[in-house]
Amino acid sequence: MSTTAQMQQSPALKKKDFVSDQEVRWCPGCGDYAILNAVQQVFPTLGIPKEKFVVVSGIGCSSRFPYYMNTYGFHSIHGRAPAIATGLKVANPDLSVWVITGDGDALSIGGNHFIHTMRRNVGLKILLFNNQIYGLTKGQYSPTSEKGKKTKSSPFGSVDRPFNPISLALGAECTFVARTVDIYQKHMKEVLTRAAAHKGTAFVEILQNCNIFNDRAFANITDKPNRDDNQVVLEQGKPLVYGKEHQRGIRMSKYLPEVVDLDGSVSEDELVVHDETRPAAYAFLLSRMVAPKFPTPIGIFRAIDIDSYEDGVNEQVRSVTEKLGEGTIESLLNAGDTWIVK
Amino acid sequence: MMKQKTVTNPRPSVILDDVVIRFAGDSGDGMQLTGSQFTSTTVSMGNDVSTLPDFPAEIRAPAGTLPGVSGYQIRFSSNQVFTPGDQADVLVAMNPAALKVNLEGLKPNGVIVANTDSFSPRDLQKAHYDSNPLEDGSLDSYRLFAIDVTRLTRAALRESKLDTRAVDRCKNFFALGMMYYLYERPTDVTERWLEQKFRGKDDLIEANKMALRAGVAYCEATEVFHETYKVPAAKLPPGKYRNVSGNQALSLGLVAAAKTANLPLFLGSYPITPASDILHQLAGYKNYNIETFQAEDEIAGVCAAIGASFGGSLGVTTTSGPGVALKMEAIGLAIMVELPLIIVNVQRGGPSTGLPTKTEQADLFQAVYGRNSESPLPVLAPATPADCFNIAFEAVRIALAYMTPVMILSDGYLANGAEPWKLPAVDELPSIKTSYWTDAKSFRPYLRDKRTLARPWGIPGTPGLEHRVGGLEKNEEDGNVSYDPLNHERMVRLRAEKIQRVAQDIPDLEILGPESGKLLVVGWGSTYGAIISAVRRCHADGVDVSAIHIRHLFPFPRNLGAILARFEKVLVPELNCGQLASMLRSSYLKETVSLSKIQGRPFSQREMFNKINQLLERTS
Repeated sequence: MSTTAQMQQSPALKKKDFVSDQEVRWCPGCGDYAILNAVQQVFPTLGIPKEKFVVVSGIGCSSRFPYYMNTYGFHSIHGRAPAIATGLKVANPDLSVWVITGDGDALSIGGNHFIHTMRRNVGLKILLFNNQIYGLTKGQYSPTSEKGKKTKSSPFGSVDRPFNPISLALGAECTFVARTVDIYQKHMKEVLTRAAAHKGTAFVEILQNCNIFNDRAFANITDKPNRDDNQVVLEQGKPLVYGKEHQRGIRMSKYLPEVVDLDGSVSEDELVVHDETRPAAYAFLLSRMVAPKFPTPIGIFRAIDIDSYEDGVNEQVRSVTEKLGEGTIESLLNAGDTWIVK
Repeated sequence: MMKQKTVTNPRPSVILDDVVIRFAGDSGDGMQLTGSQFTSTTVSMGNDVSTLPDFPAEIRAPAGTLPGVSGYQIRFSSNQVFTPGDQADVLVAMNPAALKVNLEGLKPNGVIVANTDSFSPRDLQKAHYDSNPLEDGSLDSYRLFAIDVTRLTRAALRESKLDTRAVDRCKNFFALGMMYYLYERPTDVTERWLEQKFRGKDDLIEANKMALRAGVAYCEATEVFHETYKVPAAKLPPGKYRNVSGNQALSLGLVAAAKTANLPLFLGSYPITPASDILHQLAGYKNYNIETFQAEDEIAGVCAAIGASFGGSLGVTTTSGPGVALKMEAIGLAIMVELPLIIVNVQRGGPSTGLPTKTEQADLFQAVYGRNSESPLPVLAPATPADCFNIAFEAVRIALAYMTPVMILSDGYLANGAEPWKLPAVDELPSIKTSYWTDAKSFRPYLRDKRTLARPWGIPGTPGLEHRVGGLEKNEEDGNVSYDPLNHERMVRLRAEKIQRVAQDIPDLEILGPESGKLLVVGWGSTYGAIISAVRRCHADGVDVSAIHIRHLFPFPRNLGAILARFEKVLVPELNCGQLASMLRSSYLKETVSLSKIQGRPFSQREMFNKINQLLERTS
């Protein structure tokens, strides 16, 4: 509550305006710090008044996020943040509503709200911190943990098959789907800025390291020596080229992506040129590119422009009110068959 | 009997003051429609009415079978009525199954109008009849009118362009016409309804009108009934009336209260019997500053309502018991973050899926005690279909004044039952005051109003009020997360005290009958009608018995304990195993006698009357 109304009037917001007075209590070294930093840096650049931001979360390590943001915030119950945020956004379409969730919160207990929010295209920004483990409950496998993973609740290895969050979001017809990585601050800020500008549901999977229970889960794309060989950055209008020396690319062959060496036998013209606006099937194929056979794609898989749910709801209210006139208690009570007793 | 016919009044007209008709047929026979049309016509003639729709959970159970029977009972009178009647004077049975299921609810010597065209050997077999009851003498103690309704309807609609199946679907209107003739009701209300309902489908309008008129004409022409009946208008208090079901009245109350409070209303709901009609109705009120959200599940319904309340709307969620079970964690969150929220539970038979279309009052414990930890919230229950309006209004008032979720316990009987409702004058509706907090300097998220202990409602979009709420325990006043042991106890007690203070605005209970004495009947919810009529009958017999009806179930009205103490015996009739009785015993250490019924059906007046007399050691 350190910020006052006075500061609202100053045009230029800064990162510190979004830092709350609460002590951050994630484990030292947690990837969440980097995400918090990026969000606090992006918010002041969006041209949105501070009081219009709302951060809604569920339960889990990531869901402590709202307490550290000096905005309106709602730390709710496990898995339900998208549902709470939907009611808030539909009733208050001018708010910028951000949902902070994790792989357990969004994909396990909250799976239903996750897909239906996307189906409706509610204008929420959903940031899923994916660390492939349950952290707050101290280390059980999550719905994104790889099969065979040994955890406290799977001492002989998990027999569950994992969800791929990007594929799931695309299957639910999400209109903005992106992936970034906790330590890639610049990339994350670009993605978050694009997400903020998107009209409907913007889904961002953030690969986030849990250094306590699942350390180095994404080491292949975060460790310096080889990371460029293990990831491909999706950029609008550009061919899918990657590698330290830009020596590899992705080509479509028999409707499937394949890795090719750009050693002279294949020219860049044959490579996939990324287009976020293609039908979801294209983005889905990209989402199926997983290590070790493929580089991990990061960036915006899909971004299409269709009406948001809240616009549809509010437009209907407007047009019905225009047609029927603003209802009054008088008109409400007297509708239908009435009669007079004298 | 009649020796002479005249055109205007061909039969003698007998005056009655109280009649119960039960329309019964296959679920596909349109019995709910027939009953509700008879009701509309009858209320327009100034009778008081009470209705009991009774239908199966299956949309179309196999045709002609016992589980597929759908019934609609209406009682109409020249006096005030409080129940749909224990037994019917007339049973309209469209098939053998309907006859079999409903015969026990017919008075001795009552009238049966049966559609003989549906009594083929195959129909009888489906209803498990060994012989045809219309012919085997088993109905000799009733007045049976066996009429070939299907054939007569087809004959009347010879000229219609509809196919035979569609023509046969008009037979319920033929039967309705017969009842209009018998009870001297006009057909114009129903004809107007048909014109609206089937606008643009002239063939359907014409066919149904013709069937209706043919039913009347048939009775006029054939002397099937030897007399007709007049039920003069009731002496109701003067005013403007309309007919409402409980679900309708509840919807109207929510909208009127939101309008009075000048707040947008946001309904988050998932379809469930018998609450869906509230969702349907509110979805049609888009021009009343209302948004309805048909959620992906029960939990999303309540969560979206909570989100809307956080944003400054009046959040509402509507459901039935199983849905409440799913919503409870979120309701606990609303208690913790202290936001206004209305939860409507239209109770049905349980546990689990139970009896979805039948009534029960067994969710009282769930409402009062059914959440994890110490999590009280106000619980209200309407007494009659029309009272659902008042209770909805009252729930909104409390939710906004005390910044708390409030639960309304309606039930299937109230939800679908209907009665004439005297429209309240708009300027006499209670005022509901609410305001958002705007002053940044003095804002503390959990600072409390001295009288109500309500916290301020500071909504997103207000500069300088940025704050966080959530399910973790709050530090007193500033609302930051706190694990301090003593703070937790203080907050638990504060939240409880806030809800207890709701009682300071609740009107005292009024006693029907003597202020003290041998026996007090304590009711809640939809048992009101049966209790009131039984107690009035006792009073008419010169018997001293008193009754109170509790509409605020948590917290209780302040004078409840004192009233209980003034009576030797306390009878608590409930459609459950004694939940209110248990609450009264634990709250007031008062011995109570339970009258329980768990059959998916409301109490009859007789059951109530007999129990009262038994406790007074009188023979009735």
